[in-house]
Amino acid sequence: MPPDSTAAAPAPTAWRLFVIFSRIGLTSFGGGLSGWLYREFVEDRRWMSEEEFLNGLALSQALPGVNVKNMAIWIGYRLAGARGAVAGFMGIIVPPAIFIVLLAALFAAFTDYPLTNIALAGAAAAAIGLSASMAIAAARRVPRRLLPLAFLAITFIAVGVLQWPLVWVVVGLGTLSVGIEYRRLARAGA
Amino acid sequence: MGGALWSLWAVFAPLSLVTIGGGQATVAEIHRQVVEVHHWMSAQEFMNAFAIARLSPGPGSLLVTLIGWKVSGFWGAVVATLAIFAPTAFLIYGVAYLWRRHRGARWQLALEAGLRPIAAGMILAAVYVLFMALEGGWWARAIAVAATGLMMGTRLNPLWLIACGAAVLSALKLAGLAS
Repeated sequence: MPPDSTAAAPAPTAWRLFVIFSRIGLTSFGGGLSGWLYREFVEDRRWMSEEEFLNGLALSQALPGVNVKNMAIWIGYRLAGARGAVAGFMGIIVPPAIFIVLLAALFAAFTDYPLTNIALAGAAAAAIGLSASMAIAAARRVPRRLLPLAFLAITFIAVGVLQWPLVWVVVGLGTLSVGIEYRRLARAGA
Repeated sequence: MGGALWSLWAVFAPLSLVTIGGGQATVAEIHRQVVEVHHWMSAQEFMNAFAIARLSPGPGSLLVTLIGWKVSGFWGAVVATLAIFAPTAFLIYGVAYLWRRHRGARWQLALEAGLRPIAAGMILAAVYVLFMALEGGWWARAIAVAATGLMMGTRLNPLWLIACGAAVLSALKLAGLAS
């Protein structure tokens, strides 16, 4: 078994993870939560490799359940075991759930201002920057071989342009791509 | 009261199992159940709750928390939230557990290598769709491009970026430049 190559930083405690997930849950205006998680755990703190994060993201998409919640459990488990998984789950859900109820109570007060909508559009536009920087990092890591690049292009076209259901694309193309890699590894005698 | 809580669970727990690839896909079904089947909210109330869920930080699926709150207060919110998030939590947990136990196995190396281009294509596609659907016209797109550059080139806290995006587009609107 190869050693864990990403154990650079000391492992955070479950409580610390809860605080971090809560902060992200409460500040991620404009959407794109996985981009926020990527920024925090991969780029800023370097607690996870890009590889591990993106593996989790692909699996989170393929499995049933709200993706962001899946991702919080994946990250929490990787960094602090079972307690970390619970911390991630609670942190990304409970504080924002309380926040949204409070916001609903205030809603009547500012629903009529059109500026709220345009501010939200601006926030969403800026939040794309988070997702886009993650996308570019992910694309850079794809090996410069014909098949992986073809799978990248087909996935993009199927999901982005043709708007096919994400789950079937991930399950269908993913199975094919993983199968081909498995054969390649088997032939290389891994 | 107990009956209402049970209904909330019975509506949202099955939906959590079919929530694959983003919660947006289930919004239509939530609307049908909440407005047409159970009459928990009027169409307008649902639209308002949906708008709040978009405005709020955190997972978009917290829409169901608001529905639970409307139906039976605190416990309604708790039950609805658990129903949409909890039933599938053990699935990803199990996968994460197996992943750690079998570090370096051939199937895992194949999964890593095989999923890499799929994940990249998927994230690029999500960015493309969001970018094309941006409200606020070319100004909003310019903000998105600038934000991408800043995220890649600096260690800026994303919250500043989001606040600036909101402020800049609002200012442009007030100045009569943005649509």
